Amino acid sequence: MAAVMPAPAQSRLLLSGNEAVARAVWESGVRVAAAYPGTPSTEILEEISGYPDIYAEWSVNEKVSMEVAIGAAFAGSRSFCAMKHVGMNVASDALMTLTLTGVVGGMVIAVADDVGLSSSQNEQDSRFWGRFAHLPVFEPADSQEAYEMTKAAYELSERLQVPVILRMTTRICHVKALVTVGDRGVHPASGFKKDSARWVMTPAGAGRRIPLMFERDGKLKEESESSPWNRVESGTDRRVGFVTSGPAYMHVRESFPDAPVLKLGLSCPVPFEKVRAFAATVERLVVAEEVEGLVETELRAAGIDCRGKDILPRQGELAPNVLRPAVAALLGETVADKLAPASKVFPRPPTMCVACPHLGVYYTLSQIKNVVISGDIGCYTLGAGHPWNALDTTISMGASMGIALGLDKGRADADKDKRVLAVIGDSTFLHMGMQGLLDIVYNKGNVTILLLDNRAVGMTGGQDNPGNGRDIYGNPAPRVDFAKLVESLGVKPERIHVVDPYQLPVLFKTLREEIKIPEVSVIITNQPCVLIDDYKKQPALTVIDEKCTGCGNCVDVGCPAIHVMRREKAIKPSGKEVELQFVQIETAACTGCNLCVQPCAPDAIVPADPSRPLALIRH
Amino acid sequence: MSDSIYNILVVGIGGQGVMTATEILAEAAIALGHDAKKTEVAGMAQRGGVVSSHLRFGRKVLSPQITAGEADLLLAFESAEALRWCHYLRPGGLVLMNTAKLVPPVVNIGLYDYPVDPVAEIRARGYEVHAFDAMAIAMELGDMRLGNTVMLGAIGDHLPFPSGTLLDAIVRRFSTRKPQLVELNRKAFEMGRQADASAGHAAEAIA
Repeated sequence: MAAVMPAPAQSRLLLSGNEAVARAVWESGVRVAAAYPGTPSTEILEEISGYPDIYAEWSVNEKVSMEVAIGAAFAGSRSFCAMKHVGMNVASDALMTLTLTGVVGGMVIAVADDVGLSSSQNEQDSRFWGRFAHLPVFEPADSQEAYEMTKAAYELSERLQVPVILRMTTRICHVKALVTVGDRGVHPASGFKKDSARWVMTPAGAGRRIPLMFERDGKLKEESESSPWNRVESGTDRRVGFVTSGPAYMHVRESFPDAPVLKLGLSCPVPFEKVRAFAATVERLVVAEEVEGLVETELRAAGIDCRGKDILPRQGELAPNVLRPAVAALLGETVADKLAPASKVFPRPPTMCVACPHLGVYYTLSQIKNVVISGDIGCYTLGAGHPWNALDTTISMGASMGIALGLDKGRADADKDKRVLAVIGDSTFLHMGMQGLLDIVYNKGNVTILLLDNRAVGMTGGQDNPGNGRDIYGNPAPRVDFAKLVESLGVKPERIHVVDPYQLPVLFKTLREEIKIPEVSVIITNQPCVLIDDYKKQPALTVIDEKCTGCGNCVDVGCPAIHVMRREKAIKPSGKEVELQFVQIETAACTGCNLCVQPCAPDAIVPADPSRPLALIRH
Repeated sequence: MSDSIYNILVVGIGGQGVMTATEILAEAAIALGHDAKKTEVAGMAQRGGVVSSHLRFGRKVLSPQITAGEADLLLAFESAEALRWCHYLRPGGLVLMNTAKLVPPVVNIGLYDYPVDPVAEIRARGYEVHAFDAMAIAMELGDMRLGNTVMLGAIGDHLPFPSGTLLDAIVRRFSTRKPQLVELNRKAFEMGRQADASAGHAAEAIA
């Protein structure tokens, strides 16, 4: 994104939590900001890249993004990194030692938890990192707070020379609300001052820093006890007092407008004395926190009696429809059930796009038997679904590699003829897959790898990465040559193939040959994501009704532009009953990728008449 | 302005413009001095999946989520989605829905059936329905992407403020981004209003 003139101070803007954080990062005089895309955090860095006078980058993974921010903070610049919750797992190696060195320039780490699992492989609670790493955690409850807390985090970070965690959740990141913004402050870099006792964490050096971390814990405790971010809101209905944080605070206020509330904004470390004093003013204490019973457990350990996860769920959001009945039950009341039951409607899971280059790959994989397919994180995870059912595992970024090797080395006797495949995208490969491939090569694994290079981080919206030759600003950048890269990791040149995923016969033949060879093979597909500018549409295709035999081969490709218009039962010559599926193609959606033409036996799919208007399929 | 919060639920499928339509509604409410919050969907859920955007506005909005059974209006960009979400309406609430049926792969390959008559099912549950073919109107105007403005036109006369305020918000948005599309969007908005009015008369006739 090219830098644009930011909205003037005092503007009241409708901003998502992510946009609000970006604005605050800019206003805080941050000079370096880095991230790897990941829902729900992606837009923070995208937005930052639109502000002037701040260096922004897409890093290859979250650990590197954090290290870039650490370096900048060591140099005395204010710095920032953002990641989704699972990204923090990747970055945590750096985090756990960063807490010993501390920082000079203010450093804020935004971590976005996907509470409710909108787009993630797990639902974890990043507030634990504050405890684990002895770092303060801010928890905003809406966009305005996300903005204000980011600025407060920089002030705290610089004052105590401590990195600060800003814990977001999907309902903060992806809710737009009004934010009153301010001006950019100036915070020149103070410069890197050599100090090996502080910056070089040898065992002896680290040993001397640990007591300083404990000393800082004490200061943070005082900070939390006196922080205006941890505030009591009085209420007349004292039967239940709530201790709450993040979006759960908004849900509590919505659900129980008359209840006293202790809102934790600087929620780690917990201000125990403040909670104790609050508890004395109410009949019972309920901790409403997303998602684990973390504060609750700590309160009990501190001798403060409270309820929490014994009445509230340990996963998902604590929305009013969850809170109201749970608290009513606690009080021995019943709430009027206003809820009409939901209608029974088919599920509509996410699916691949019309003409997606992955369609050819998964169609081919679905036709190959006796394989185990280790998958990864990205759009191609959808290959596990219908109609392909051609992906057998997904764990974490880059895991397709190591898991494939483990499936190979740990195979049962009964599986000795099974071929092990791995499927991974370009950006995921660069993020954390390269090391796994090196491990497969080094340990002489027998795995066939499909490296789907679509020149984008597709699932998060087509962000640039080192594989597509553009940086975060869209400027040219050095581009990784995947064939050379995997060859230099030790894959034999004759085992590396670059194929066009729209050429099904070539893809099929290459795959069939490579899985038979008991060595590491890498098949790289080379067509772009259909959602990025690199993709070039072709004229639409159509079905000649009279020629369609209802074989359904094209339906197996899984393209959403192919519609089954009529079903018929038929008896094959073998006597087997089959269902025929007569199809049409939505010409208004079709981009002429030609995938469905190839398995069509009767050649019923042809270019649409360009003189006729493109049509929608009406059911 | 009263303390009450107005709740509009906008639903459809990834790529239909649900987020943008809700944002324009929010901008109209904000222009009148309301506080507003609007939820979004991103990432994997967007890829051809169900999307919903909750808009709440009024004096001061706390939770961004509409609780099921409390929505004042449901603006549905797709038939089955109208049925899926209609229980979010308060009893007797109004559904403004596009009659277009977008069949997902799971129905296409025969794993599930598409509801036979979503409009009738929603009515049978006691909700008022204004159903119209927003896609056909957009195609008539020559651009599918106008379906979004047609839908906004349809909701225009059911808001706690004049439809002109909503039209102004649409015009503001296009004036800065694509001024050449302002007139076409005005037309789409008006046709959406008319489609809703006709659908309203038709609903009365069968009631």
